[in-house]
Amino acid sequence: MSILIKNGRVVDPKNNIDANLDVLVADGKISELNKNIDPKKATQIIDASKKIVIPGIVDLQLNLREPGNQYKSTLESEMKAANAGGITGMVCPPDTTPILDEPGLVKMLKNKSEALKLGNVYPLGALTQKLNGKLLTEINDLYESGCIGFSQAEKPIQDTEVLYRSFQYLSTFNFKAFLRAEDAYLSEKGIINAGEISTRLGLKGIQSISETTAINKILEIADLTKTKVHLNKISTAEGLNLIKIAKKNGVNVTCDVSIHQIFLTDNDIGFFNTNCFLKPPLRKESDRVKIIESIIDGTIDAICSDHSPVNEDNKLKPFAESEYGASSAELLMPLIFKLSDEYKLDLSLLVNKITYQPSNILEINKGNLSINSQADICIFDPEYSWEINSKTLISEGKNTPFLNQNLTGKVSSTIFNGNIVFIDH
Amino acid sequence: MFNPQLNSKGNLNHLLSIEGLSIEKIIQILDTAESFLKIGERDVKKVPILRGKTVCNVFFENSTRTRTTFEIAAKRLSADVINLNVATSSQSKGETILDTINNLIAMNADIFVVRHSSSGAAHFIASHVKPNIHIINAGDGNHSHPTQGLLDAFTIRKYKTNFNKLKVAIVGDILHSRVARSNIHALNILGVPEIRVIAPKTLLPSEIDKLGVHVFHDINKGLKDVDVIMMLRIQNERMDGVMLPSQEEYFKTYGLNQTRLDLAKKDAIVMHPGPMNRGVEIDSAVADSEQSVILPQVTFGIAVRMAVMAILAGQHS
Repeated sequence: MSILIKNGRVVDPKNNIDANLDVLVADGKISELNKNIDPKKATQIIDASKKIVIPGIVDLQLNLREPGNQYKSTLESEMKAANAGGITGMVCPPDTTPILDEPGLVKMLKNKSEALKLGNVYPLGALTQKLNGKLLTEINDLYESGCIGFSQAEKPIQDTEVLYRSFQYLSTFNFKAFLRAEDAYLSEKGIINAGEISTRLGLKGIQSISETTAINKILEIADLTKTKVHLNKISTAEGLNLIKIAKKNGVNVTCDVSIHQIFLTDNDIGFFNTNCFLKPPLRKESDRVKIIESIIDGTIDAICSDHSPVNEDNKLKPFAESEYGASSAELLMPLIFKLSDEYKLDLSLLVNKITYQPSNILEINKGNLSINSQADICIFDPEYSWEINSKTLISEGKNTPFLNQNLTGKVSSTIFNGNIVFIDH
Repeated sequence: MFNPQLNSKGNLNHLLSIEGLSIEKIIQILDTAESFLKIGERDVKKVPILRGKTVCNVFFENSTRTRTTFEIAAKRLSADVINLNVATSSQSKGETILDTINNLIAMNADIFVVRHSSSGAAHFIASHVKPNIHIINAGDGNHSHPTQGLLDAFTIRKYKTNFNKLKVAIVGDILHSRVARSNIHALNILGVPEIRVIAPKTLLPSEIDKLGVHVFHDINKGLKDVDVIMMLRIQNERMDGVMLPSQEEYFKTYGLNQTRLDLAKKDAIVMHPGPMNRGVEIDSAVADSEQSVILPQVTFGIAVRMAVMAILAGQHS
């Protein structure tokens, strides 16, 4: 089977391409990238005029909720939702039920996802057993069974000795830690950003020092032990300053932000809107501004969706008792486009942060349209206007802070491994 | 910002928080309460304003005093009153809040008085019930306790008449206090020019100054020349921990005694939402002194709660 994508604006940051080109896909690979490719070469033609053609998106944080949480959503439903967002590379954290701390579970997840043929799933293995922050998992076995790195999901290691030893051990085998920087003592029972809004609403605040003290600790230990670290979902301006300095000093660190933090602040919580209950919490406007600056200056390497579908009943509760998380896989690319449009940012710079740069962080050769690479492609219609609601979202999780808002731009088709896995309108 | 307690005509449909109420609305409630105050002094303490209506006290968090005052208020308005201590019933069986409320609505209750330990619980319930159902927030987490804020404003007006010349100090655990938040909003709306909060840094929430207050850590400075002192209860679980080292140290550094009271204006009044911890936040002599208006607060509280229920039920405009 061969597919010809005609007349699209091809944006491939790795190869410095931003031009109107045709893309020919054959035998699951990118076989030609050129102007006016002969339609006879393909069995199927996709008209991409007025559309944007980018590499399949690699999302560094996508909760697929399997194994275990099928009440919320299934692997298939969420991989399909990811496809509807142009995502073909899916990094899933280990806080499933049971927790991904045994090779058998990882293999099961890999097998199940491979059978679905909807994308490459890259599980992060638990760094400590049951994510207890105390005892290391068998990381070599986990790696062999398919883990791409090691994480504590939302359960930061509290014990500094354990953090130090786990970094030493990871570094021994050259594995990477994917961590969210949070001091759980400081953030315990915290719900939203500490500030005027938390004070007004009477919700326990989470100070930015709960992120920065953890970043400091992680960076110092990473520097000492020469461990590769990726910091996930940074939320504070102060934290980004620390990472910028560490990078300058040669610490092997990268970081990402979630798409929510780029557009929203704690002000959006209004009168207790549980759809804005996220981890890390939405911060203040000055943090949001710093995040955009850090995307431009390169301190932020990647942007993730932080897709976390939540069952409706678990949002229908008083704020602090509800479950954190939002559905966002389908919104990532449209919001990236909106960011480029509203802030006049180079689209290629932003696309890089959801395609090639995350692939680099994962040390895989994905997120590009190089000839002979696996044909994972997202075709985006920048003019399509739609409303975000429970009907238009494919994910089982219908909760998002953007609910009932209009958005211009939507993924129109997604190709994974040379096959069309999603097609819309 | 969308204010869920007002209906499309701008009338009060629920009472969820003081924040977002207009000065006219607050004055209307205080004036209505004034007219109800006399009822409590009569032999027959009843008016037929809520006859045929059902008021349901749903307390997800235990409280005897607040529930009782709401119950008395509803009964003086001739409503049928049902008390539900949900903390010990359906919630422990795993029923959700919405299911509990919807079951009570199915039994044709008209007004719900709700207390819950989680901030925003009353907003949550109010945004999921039909428009003819009224929710009164009787305290949600650390967020709001609007009837307390109103009865405190009523008390101040009784003794001080004019809000816009006052200095008011609120002393104690501001961090965990829904009463403090409600009072700060109410006093700001009513035009009090200087509101002070006095507490150690551990008991002050982030950016409290942005709510329109002056922050004092030294009680002797904070009480200087104030007209009103509002003491807050210090909960036992705050003691002996990381927030405060001990009761004794708290009383020594922040407790209200006669010497400190003398720093305030001569005619300053002392308020407390109750229940008091004598010898912890307030000296017994001060609590029982002529400047104390703590018991009148309780009496006024019933009139204010009657006013809120009457206005919500639309019988009084």
